[in-house]
Amino acid sequence: MRRILILALSAVLLLMAAVPAFAEETEAGDWDFSAEYPDAEPTGVTLNVYNWGEYISNGTEGSLDVNREFTRRTGIEVNYTTFDTNESLYSKLAGGGASYDVIIPSDYMISKMLQEDMLAELDFANIPNFQYIDEKFRDPNYDPGSRHSVPYTWGTVGVFYNTDYITETPTSWSILWDERYSGKILMFDNPRDAFAIAQFRLGFSLNTEDAGEWEQAAMLLKEQKPLVQGYYMDQIFDKMESGEAWLGPYYSGDARTLVEETDNIEFFVPEEGTNFFVDAMCVPKNAEHKTEAELYINYMCDPEIAGANMDFVGYATPETAAKAYISEELTESKIFYPDDELLEKTEIFVNLPTETAELLDTLWAEVKMGGPGESAVLVAIILGFLALYIAVIVWKKRKAKLESM
Amino acid sequence: MKILSKIYTTLLFLFLYAPILVLIVFSFNDTQTSSRTQFSGFTLRWYERLFEDRYILEALFNTLLIAVVSALCATVLGTLAAVGINRLKKLPRRVMMNITNFPMVNPEIVTGVSMMLLFVAATSMFGGKNLGMWTLIIAHITFCLPYVILSVLPKLRQMNPNLYEAAQDLGCPPVRAFFKVVLPEIMPGVITGMIMAFTLSIDDFVISYFTSGTTQTLPIYIYTMTRRRISPEINALSTVLFVCIMALLIVINVRQSKAEKEQNEKGGTE
Repeated sequence: MRRILILALSAVLLLMAAVPAFAEETEAGDWDFSAEYPDAEPTGVTLNVYNWGEYISNGTEGSLDVNREFTRRTGIEVNYTTFDTNESLYSKLAGGGASYDVIIPSDYMISKMLQEDMLAELDFANIPNFQYIDEKFRDPNYDPGSRHSVPYTWGTVGVFYNTDYITETPTSWSILWDERYSGKILMFDNPRDAFAIAQFRLGFSLNTEDAGEWEQAAMLLKEQKPLVQGYYMDQIFDKMESGEAWLGPYYSGDARTLVEETDNIEFFVPEEGTNFFVDAMCVPKNAEHKTEAELYINYMCDPEIAGANMDFVGYATPETAAKAYISEELTESKIFYPDDELLEKTEIFVNLPTETAELLDTLWAEVKMGGPGESAVLVAIILGFLALYIAVIVWKKRKAKLESM
Repeated sequence: MKILSKIYTTLLFLFLYAPILVLIVFSFNDTQTSSRTQFSGFTLRWYERLFEDRYILEALFNTLLIAVVSALCATVLGTLAAVGINRLKKLPRRVMMNITNFPMVNPEIVTGVSMMLLFVAATSMFGGKNLGMWTLIIAHITFCLPYVILSVLPKLRQMNPNLYEAAQDLGCPPVRAFFKVVLPEIMPGVITGMIMAFTLSIDDFVISYFTSGTTQTLPIYIYTMTRRRISPEINALSTVLFVCIMALLIVINVRQSKAEKEQNEKGGTE
């Protein structure tokens, strides 16, 4: 028995030793910058980089291993980890116990962190490549003056539709309220994205502080609820592909693969306008290596690197110069780079004031729960159980009393 | 009746293994869209990508390292604790058992958050800034401990208490008596505890999530993929892990049954 155990353990250890070695043998692809940038001496500094999951070119299938190339050029190690939502990034930073040097939150989270003074002001003398960032991405409303963030990617929200069942060419968000497609419509399972759709239909701002406008949007969503098959995030993709649903909103960055690989699924950006999102690189206030972090941001903005990175990730780049390094299929795509005319009708999320955010939470809960009626039922059920429980206890006590007499 | 019971067994196994089967099948899916619903041909591409993807492999390495270290530590500590608890009088033993069982019934999220708070306070006290591998290992040892104690204690109680005394009567020093007499008797419990600790540590998400700092384990890495849809590389990785564990179990079982047979034969000839 013990021998087996030792055997098993040593097998595991061997596997662990062998796996990284095996990985290192793989080819780096066509990306060889060693003539231009010689190998640097190790500096002993390790940068902690926190990015979205699957959001960087990692060297698989002949792509550029962005982080390894950075280490090779500068001698700065990169400890690269990932998060799944802006909120978990926020809680990680706010909770303490983890100090990151570079983080990549989205627009509204950046404005929230700015309000809470969590982001350091960048020294743009260390980021000369900021010059490549297109004019329209500078001075965004989430970070006025662009002093704390450098855009990484951007995109818009549109709608998938299945041409087998939807014969017209949709142009408006109102198709998500079309009763003919009842039960085949999907919605985002995330309050701001879901409300944004209703707000565009009503012509309101996404960042309005008017409670009445939020309530009207909630009414519209409640009206839509009976037609909706379900509220999902990434599963929208699968449900569209399998034909389980015919209509569903999605982010442009990931939409292209599905449109290209299938014959019957198309994507459109509604004429009323849409949400425009930016993920940008920032340095938290408590970063240990701010200068190195700025070097990293500068490196990521190098058009060649940004191009190679986005060619793999498949999101839109905020640098026109980087497009030269991205395959034409991507840069020509209207899904990724919609016309300026359409972009004018887009709006970026900004952090909402606490009061509005709380209202949004309640309204969203009402939309998903089906209004105060259903929560009343829930309360009634809980109270019913409580009453039953008390009745049983009282009855038992009485019985015990009677027996003891 | 026999047919009925067979159908029942088949259904039961189907219920248990169908998800794994689907997972394995889709790890060979030749898809461009990372489809989880449509099978469109056979490919080994995801396996190739898996072994190229250093972030997955790094996360796997972290997970295995933490699992091995914490399982070993938890086993040693847990076995010692079990020996001690077994020697206690009835009342203190009950108190001790309740204390050790508490982390098992405590919701994981409470354990996770409280450990995070403790670690954050402790690291800032010693001037550190980041939680990481060490805090993960300590956290994993902590939640694995009660399982080891619980699997070792019954073996200790089954053991004849006189054996240990007999060994000492025959001139064996206490420490050696423990290793020569007690440990072999309780070995099956120790090993079950260790395997349990190992598997618990590998698939823990909640506690690791809070105590990980800037280190990433495999479950956390997979979870963060959900924004952009989980890559079939994860199917490939799960398949590899499943096959490894299956092979390990088969080897252990074959060995055991062989050993039992040999013992039976020995018993027969005497």
